[in-house]
Amino acid sequence: MASISFTVNARPYTVDVDPKMPLLWVIRDVIGLTGTKYGCGIAQCGACTVHLNGVPVRACSLPVTAAANKAIVTIEGLSADNSHPVQQAWIEEQVPQCGYCQSGQIMAATSLLKRNANPTDLDIDAAMQGHVCRCGTYPRIRKAIKLAAQKMKNPTSKS
Amino acid sequence: MTTKTISRRNFIKLSGMTGTALTLGIGFSALGKDSPVLTAALAEAQNIELNAWISIDTAGTVTIINHRAEMGQGSFQAVPQIIAEELEVDLNQVKIVFAQGSQTKYGSQITGGSSTVRGSYKRLLRLAASAREMLLEAASRKWNVARTELVAENGQVIQITTGEAISYGDLVADAAKLQPPKEVKLKSPRDYKVLRKPMPRQDIPLKTNGQAVFGIDKKIPGMLYAVVERNPRFLGKLKSFDDSAAKAMPGVKHILPVKMRVFSHDREGVAVVADSLWAALQARKALKVEWDDTAFPHHSSEQLYAQMREDVKNKPGLSFRTKGDFKRAFETSAKKLEAVYETPYEAHACMEPLNCIAHFQNNKLEIWGPIQGPDWVQADVADLMGLKPEDVTVNMTFLGGGFGRKAFLDYPHEAAVISKAIQAPVQVFWTREDDMTQGPFRPGMVYQCRGGLSDQGRLQAFETRMAGQNMDHQNPGADKMAYNSNVTEGFLETYLNSMPHYSFSDIPLESPIPVMWWRSVYSSTNGFAFESFLDELAHAAGTDPLAFRRNYFWDARYHELANRLEEVSGWKNRKPNEGWGVAITECFSSIVGEVVKVSRKPDGKIKIDKVWAVMDCGWYVNPDTIRAQVEGSIIMALAAATKHEVTFKEGKAVERNFDSYKMLRITDSPEIEVHVVDNEEKAGGVGEPGLPPFTPALTNAIFDLTGKRIRKLPFALEEV
Ligand code: FES
Ligand code: FES
Repeated sequence: MASISFTVNARPYTVDVDPKMPLLWVIRDVIGLTGTKYGCGIAQCGACTVHLNGVPVRACSLPVTAAANKAIVTIEGLSADNSHPVQQAWIEEQVPQCGYCQSGQIMAATSLLKRNANPTDLDIDAAMQGHVCRCGTYPRIRKAIKLAAQKMKNPTSKS
Repeated sequence: MTTKTISRRNFIKLSGMTGTALTLGIGFSALGKDSPVLTAALAEAQNIELNAWISIDTAGTVTIINHRAEMGQGSFQAVPQIIAEELEVDLNQVKIVFAQGSQTKYGSQITGGSSTVRGSYKRLLRLAASAREMLLEAASRKWNVARTELVAENGQVIQITTGEAISYGDLVADAAKLQPPKEVKLKSPRDYKVLRKPMPRQDIPLKTNGQAVFGIDKKIPGMLYAVVERNPRFLGKLKSFDDSAAKAMPGVKHILPVKMRVFSHDREGVAVVADSLWAALQARKALKVEWDDTAFPHHSSEQLYAQMREDVKNKPGLSFRTKGDFKRAFETSAKKLEAVYETPYEAHACMEPLNCIAHFQNNKLEIWGPIQGPDWVQADVADLMGLKPEDVTVNMTFLGGGFGRKAFLDYPHEAAVISKAIQAPVQVFWTREDDMTQGPFRPGMVYQCRGGLSDQGRLQAFETRMAGQNMDHQNPGADKMAYNSNVTEGFLETYLNSMPHYSFSDIPLESPIPVMWWRSVYSSTNGFAFESFLDELAHAAGTDPLAFRRNYFWDARYHELANRLEEVSGWKNRKPNEGWGVAITECFSSIVGEVVKVSRKPDGKIKIDKVWAVMDCGWYVNPDTIRAQVEGSIIMALAAATKHEVTFKEGKAVERNFDSYKMLRITDSPEIEVHVVDNEEKAGGVGEPGLPPFTPALTNAIFDLTGKRIRKLPFALEEV
C-alpha cells in the first residue's frame, strides 16, 4: 500500500492503494468517477484516456504512482453541463452511438485541439488513431473535431 | 407481477410518477394482434395487465417506459419520437425510463433482428393518438366546444377560432375518466413534424460528459467484485484448483467453482470474489486451475476449414429452398461458373466487455447489466435458477455495444450463480481477454456457388452449398436434420423469384466452438458469397453488374433502390482508372444497396475513395439515426473484411485482445454517404441491414480495378 496524492478535476485526493494499481481503477473504483472506461487494459483502444498535467495518457497502463502530485482531468472535468466546445460539437454532429468509447475520444480530441487549432485530416488521423470505436463513429468524429476547432475560434459556429 | 396492485405500484416506481395522471397502455388480449388501448383505471377494473407505455401528469410531462435496450442504435430516441408525433408534444416534454424485464408486460423486449421500431411502431402510434384524442375530448367537454373546433398542438389543446389554449396537464384529470377511442386516425407521413426529421438523440448529452451509466459503471450497496477463470475450451470440465495463494491475497472473500449455461452445456470456471475489482484481478493470477479436456476434439482453424471445404464438395447437406431442376439446367448452360468463398469466425468485440451484477436473496434475484434481451434473461435465468419468472427482476443499463452478444444469457446466469453461492450482491467483470476468447463467435463459413448462363447471358441455374456451424443446432434437443430457414438470410429473394432453377443446401459442421448471431447474423456472410458470385456472373455474361442485377428484380421497390443508387453514386460516370463495385442485399425486411469506389494511390496501395449507401427500410423514424447506423455497419463490415478474425489452435481462440484482433481505426475509415428512401412500406430493421452489402461491393470494386477476385476474408487491403 502507498499513499499517493493528486488532483482530479481540480479536487485534491489522497488515496491509499497498491502502488501497482493502474490509474484507471483508482479513478473508477476508488474516486468513483466512472466516465473513464476500460476497453482493453493494454493501451490499445484509448477508452481510458485522461489528461495528466494536460497530456493525454492511457490510464489502464499507467500505475497510480505515475500520477503522484499531478493534475488529472477526466471527462467529468471537461464540463458537467456539456459547455466545452468539443462536447458541443460532439452533440451537434450526433457522434455517439453506444457511447462507450466517447469519453476517450473526446479527451483525445480536446488535447489535439489544444495543441493544434486547425487540424488537417492527417493531424486528426495521427491524434485519434489510438482510439477504437466499434460502433464506427469515425466519420462523425472527424466532422466534430473540425466543428469544435471552429467553435473555439468563434463559439457561435454551427455545423 | 400477477396482481394489479403490484403492477400499478411497479409502474409508479418505474416512472417516478405520483398523483393524477392520464396513463394508457395496450393490454395483451388473448387474441394478440390488435389489442385495445386501455386506461389504468379500465385495466384495473378488468384485471388486465397494463402495458404502461405512456403517462401524462398534471405538469404535462409525458413519461414513456422504454422497453428496449439502448446499445447505440437509437431506440432511446425512436420510441419518444413516435409518441411525440401523434401526441402533439415537444420531444423535450417526453421523459424516458427503462423497463425491467417482463415478457408478459411488454411483449418481446429483445433488441435484436433490428426489431425495436418495426415490432412496435403501429401500437405506439395508436397509443399516442388515443391519448391525444382523449385530451381533445376532455377539452371539448370542459369548454363545451365542438371537437372539430379544437386542435392539439405542442402539449396544448387550442380553440381554432379564439386561440384560447389549455395545457395537457390541466386536462389529464378529466381525460383519465374517459374511455379510450375504439379507433383513431393516424397522421399521414406528409404531415409529420417530429417523425422522419433528424431529431437530436436524447441519450447523446449523457455520453459526452461521462454521465451515462453502462453496466460496468453500475454499483449497488454492498457489492463485491468477481472475475472468473473459465475453461478456454468450451466443453471442458474443471478437474481441480489450488487457491491457497489466491486466498491469502488482500481483499479476497471467496473462491468457488462456478458453472454457467451456454446452449446445451455448462461452461465451467473458478470465480474469485473480492472487495474490489483490482483485488479480484490480482488474486485470479495466483490461482492454479487444471482442466479435464479429454472428452471432445480440439479443433484448429486449419482443420475446420479443411473440413468445410471438403463438405461443400462432397456432403449432401440439408437441402431446402429449391426450385426447378438445377442439375439439368446447369449441365445445359452455355457458360458455367463455379466459385468458393470463405468467411472467418469473428468476435463481437463490443467496446464494453461483458459484465453483470446479480443479487440473490430470499429466493429472489435482481440483475443489473448491459442486457439486450431482458425478458429472455428473466425467463431463462429464472428457469436455470429454479425460480419463478416473477421473482427475477432484470434492470437494463446502457450497453456499450451489443451486436447480438448481449442478447445471450450466459453472463447473467453466471452472476446469479455466484451471488447465490456467496449470498451477496456481486458484479462479474469480464476482462477483454475473457470477452474475446470465450465466444460465442460468428461462425466461419465456406460457400460453394455454381451458376449457369444461357447463350444470351441470362442466369438460368444457380446453386449454393454452404458449410459451417449451424447456430440452431446447439440448442438443447435440436433436430440436427432440420435446417433453420434463417440460414438463407441475405440471399436476396428478389433475384430468386425470377430465377427458374436454383438449389440451396446447408452442410452443418460439428465443433465444440460456440457460435451465435453477430450483427446481421447469416446475412453478414451470405451477402458476401451471393453478391460476389452475382458479380462474377455479370462479368462472365459481359453485362454491367448493376444492369445484370436489374434483370432479376421482380418488384418495383428494388428497381427504385437501384435507380437511386445509380444516381447518387454517379455509377454511369465511372472512369477507367477507378474501380467500382455494387451489391444489394435484403436483411430484416430492409433493402440496402451500396456502391464502393476504389483507386490506386501513388504508392501503389488501394484506397477506398468513397462509399454510397441507399437504405430502404420502409416506414422510419429518424433519418439521422439511420445514417449513423449504416455508417457504423459499413465500418464494422470493413473491419471484418480487412482487419480481424478469430482463429483457433488446439480448441482455443488465439486472438485475446486488440493487439492481435486488430480493430479498424479512424485512419482506415472511408468517406460514406447514406441516403434513405421515403416510402410507406412496412418498417424494416435499421441497425443491421447496412452491413451485408458492403464487403461484396468492396471486393467487386477491387476486381473492377485490378482483375483480382477476393474470395476469402479477411484480406489485407494494402496487399492487394
Ligand atoms: S483500456 Fe486503456 S487503452 Fe484500452
Ligand atoms: S460509440 Fe460505441 S464504441 Fe464508439
